[in-house]
Amino acid sequence: MAKARVKVPKSVKKGEVFQVKTLISHKMETGLRKNKKTGKMIPRMIINKFVCNYGGKDVFVSDWQAGIAANPYMAFFVKAGDSGPMNFTWTDDDGDITKKTVNIKVSG
Amino acid sequence: MRIKTQGILFVAAVAVGLSGFAGFASAQMKYKAGDRRSGYTYATKETQAIQDDDLGNPAFLWLDEGEVLWNKVDGKAGKSCATCHGVESAMLSDVATRYPAYNPDLGKLQSLEQRINRERKEMMGAKPYKWESKQMLSLTIYMKNQSRGKPMNVSIDGPVVPFFAAGKAFYEKKRGQLDMSCANCHNDNAGNMIRANLLTEGQSNGFPTYRLKWQKPGSIHRRFRGCNKQVRAKPYAYGSDEYVNLELYVAWKGRGLSVETPAIRN
Repeated sequence: MAKARVKVPKSVKKGEVFQVKTLISHKMETGLRKNKKTGKMIPRMIINKFVCNYGGKDVFVSDWQAGIAANPYMAFFVKAGDSGPMNFTWTDDDGDITKKTVNIKVSG
Repeated sequence: MRIKTQGILFVAAVAVGLSGFAGFASAQMKYKAGDRRSGYTYATKETQAIQDDDLGNPAFLWLDEGEVLWNKVDGKAGKSCATCHGVESAMLSDVATRYPAYNPDLGKLQSLEQRINRERKEMMGAKPYKWESKQMLSLTIYMKNQSRGKPMNVSIDGPVVPFFAAGKAFYEKKRGQLDMSCANCHNDNAGNMIRANLLTEGQSNGFPTYRLKWQKPGSIHRRFRGCNKQVRAKPYAYGSDEYVNLELYVAWKGRGLSVETPAIRN
């Protein structure tokens, strides 16, 4: 399973738009490269789906393609609703799923 | 050779948020010392932005792994690095500024990688890490990162003098089919283009550096080997005396520059 890092503000105000930053370790093999020794193509092995779930809704969903660099970084903005967990899911071509959860503290 | 797209996936407006999030204020970093400039000053704005933000910096994935390794018990003696040295010890706080350092037992210079493997063998009874392995890169990034912001300050006095001279001679000696020395590019032409690449002064203050082309971090010796191959010379082995001496000379060339480990370069 890949390793992931996520950063969100320590606390946010209700209704505030805040930034979420994520980074995950993955080789993101494009499927377009050849093994220099054997001459065979190296099969594609990328993360193809990233989902952020917050407050019971998928607030950010993205499909990834080959051409995204290794160890992909993704940043996006979310509007603060209620305090609670924010779940992140990365799915790769093998079906391996990496999950990470952070808590969002909403004040006021 | 096929190079994967070097861009990191940026979502619109990410730059707006960077200032508020920057983990390590770049204000306390010294990217220039005297007439010496860090490779950071030659990098594009986009590359600098990745380095300025600890969460966007993919080398921190290795750094996290290094912290685990520092505390992990390994080998027959049942010890970890932290058993003797503690966590975030004072010893580590300047380690990147003073290596490679002279080791009187060996009678020669020792790079941090060699020091780690010696300690693993003699103190921990553990198997040495391979030079460019994930473990070695992770641990060196973790250790050197703790000196981040401190000025490079290797010792070149006393017993080190002959090794420093050997490193300087290596740097200035022409080699390979192209008959080029390190100095030809990095002293004479820093800031100029060599075909599609911008030459820098070849400073070592950010190593192990995450190179976007490599899509992973690499040691300074990997960089030396790459340079040697590019002038069509036969590269030396990882950890060879020639490269350790050269590492010292290059570190001295960058004296006063802040340690940036882990830096981002293109």
